[in-house]
Amino acid sequence: MEDVRLPNTPVDDIRPPRTSIGAIGWLRANLFNSWFNSLLTLVIAYALYQCIPPLVRWAFIDSLWTSTGPECQAADGACWSIIPANFRFIMFGFYPYEEQWRPAIAIVLLVGLLIFSQYRRNWKKYLFYTWIGGLVIMGVLMRGGILGLTPVETSQWGGLPLTLLLSVFGLTAAYPLGIVLALGRQSRLPAIRSLCVVYIELIRGVPLISLLFMSSVVFPLFLPEGVSLNAILRAQVAIILFTAAYIAEVVRGGLQGMSKGQYEAAEAIGLNYVQTMRLIILPQALKIVIPPSVSILISAFKDTSLVVIIALYDLLKTTQSILGDPRWMGFSAEAYLFVAMIYFICCFYMSNFSRKLERELDTGL
Amino acid sequence: MNDAMQTPTEETRKDDPVIRISGMHKWYGDFHVLKDINLEVQRGERIIICGPSGSGKSTLIRCINRLEEHQRGKIIVDGIELTNDLKNIEKIRMEVGMVFQHFNLFPHLSILENLSIGPIWVRKTPRKEAEETAMYYLEKVHIAEQAKKFPGQLSGGQQQRVAIARSLCMKPNVMLFDEPTSALDPEMVKEVLDVMISLAEEGMTMLVVSHEMGFARSVAHRVMFMDYGQIVEENNPEDFFNNPEHDRTKLFLSQILH
Ligand SMILES: Nc1ncnc2c1ncn2[C@@H]1O[C@H](COP(=O)(O)OP(=O)(O)OP(=O)(O)O)[C@@H](O)[C@H]1O
Ligand SMILES: [Mg+2]
Repeated sequence: MEDVRLPNTPVDDIRPPRTSIGAIGWLRANLFNSWFNSLLTLVIAYALYQCIPPLVRWAFIDSLWTSTGPECQAADGACWSIIPANFRFIMFGFYPYEEQWRPAIAIVLLVGLLIFSQYRRNWKKYLFYTWIGGLVIMGVLMRGGILGLTPVETSQWGGLPLTLLLSVFGLTAAYPLGIVLALGRQSRLPAIRSLCVVYIELIRGVPLISLLFMSSVVFPLFLPEGVSLNAILRAQVAIILFTAAYIAEVVRGGLQGMSKGQYEAAEAIGLNYVQTMRLIILPQALKIVIPPSVSILISAFKDTSLVVIIALYDLLKTTQSILGDPRWMGFSAEAYLFVAMIYFICCFYMSNFSRKLERELDTGL
Repeated sequence: MNDAMQTPTEETRKDDPVIRISGMHKWYGDFHVLKDINLEVQRGERIIICGPSGSGKSTLIRCINRLEEHQRGKIIVDGIELTNDLKNIEKIRMEVGMVFQHFNLFPHLSILENLSIGPIWVRKTPRKEAEETAMYYLEKVHIAEQAKKFPGQLSGGQQQRVAIARSLCMKPNVMLFDEPTSALDPEMVKEVLDVMISLAEEGMTMLVVSHEMGFARSVAHRVMFMDYGQIVEENNPEDFFNNPEHDRTKLFLSQILH
């Protein structure tokens, strides 16, 4: 009853009740807040107790890092030695051994360019020229034949450079193509519209693997005698055509999310179709579809590993082939964990970048 | 504000029509939205169009800058006839500004960019000059301090004033307004109407779809009443409000004036 206070009397800050903060509070709120959750917590804790210690023993305590194959066969733990011992083959495949510094530099250059391009303040005209220059240098390094570099046939390319080549070019070419297809599908001209619809539906109706297969087996049949198209290029084209169809559908979703008012306002100030799309509609529509586009790009990146079926030695295939070596037989878990890590780093980087981009492009609407 | 303005008839030059619509019809599919529209708008003239919902007011003014296509009759704007010729449509859109009920600002662009994008890309004005023009019009609508913000950060009234400034940056000869205040909270209506009144004082040719009758009385040279796709009645504001001729007009006025 005496708890009557004048409205403006200041109240000192009081600490929150003990049970809602600190470790105990956190445990209560998150792990033991009902009998069912408490039960789940206990079951999972037991499962972790069963799994983690043996895993740690295998991966770290009993593991070998610099041994030879036969030493590994004798030991119990993980044989990480398989990776340093075969590192250069995993990374570069059949690229001539003495020349492998060239693809190494090309990769460093590519990664450097990608990191540089992720900052929006660098998105100026010179970035475009930097990329052109960078790509020419990478091409020269990989291919050789001039400046005293020994020529290296593309059939000898493999490993990480091949994977990155297929994905970076595949994704950067597929995205604009997908946008064009999406716009075509919305076109008022029936011919263009149906062409785009047929293309998109056809491509989405077949698995990538069959496209790759067709590009390497069926497509050459149509070429005139004696003309042959580079195997990597054919795979690249198949990947681009495939990914573009999926991008197109995602972008179309974004376009449909745009209100009619935006088109009308753009038209009313006199912008023509191309300007309206480029300046008003696409920037907004593409922003909406950043998350689904990135999912497609990530899965396309991983799908480049399917090129094994047309005998290209990408990162996964080089890794797989070292497992055929009798000295290293049986250590597939270690080798695959290693490539998985490389794939994970790339994918994680992509999704991280997309989240950052979304945040930066947020203009509060 | 009424006193500040010249009496309407003096300032409009006769026989210099900016817009000439004759025998115009429009259908949406089978639905006859606009029926035999005949309308001449003199340079400097201000016309208010009112009428019940669905009577075709928006459709009429949207035909003037080809957001909608008419099927029969002629629309001539500033001496250029509206046909399927894209060149003509582009020319006319440069001369005709439009303000929408829902503002339709570009949410991904800053206020300044919203204003300068038209001049830069359509009129090919150098960026610096376009931005100076943009700032000039932002000051005019009393919102210059918001230039760096994005549309989503402004109130409705502010957004509509930005939308008006965006149209003005194209230096249009004619301004079309489609219910510019009807999506606004009451306290913001006045700030937008004030901007429109000052525009009127400068002699801008204006076609305004609006039910703001006070505004119509003080600014309009002519008030038009539309119903079922036809212009039923038109008159100077005085006579239009005091002695409406048609029963439909009387009924409509009694509804909106309580
Ligand atoms: N794109 C369209 N397709 C078919 N019918 C339409 C279309 N746009 C408008 N209409 C119809 O045309 C008629 C006139 O519409 P309009 O928008 O011009 O009316 P309005 O007088 O502006 O009404 P309001 O006061 O509600 O804005 C309405 O009956 C509407 O349903
Ligand atoms: Mg309307």
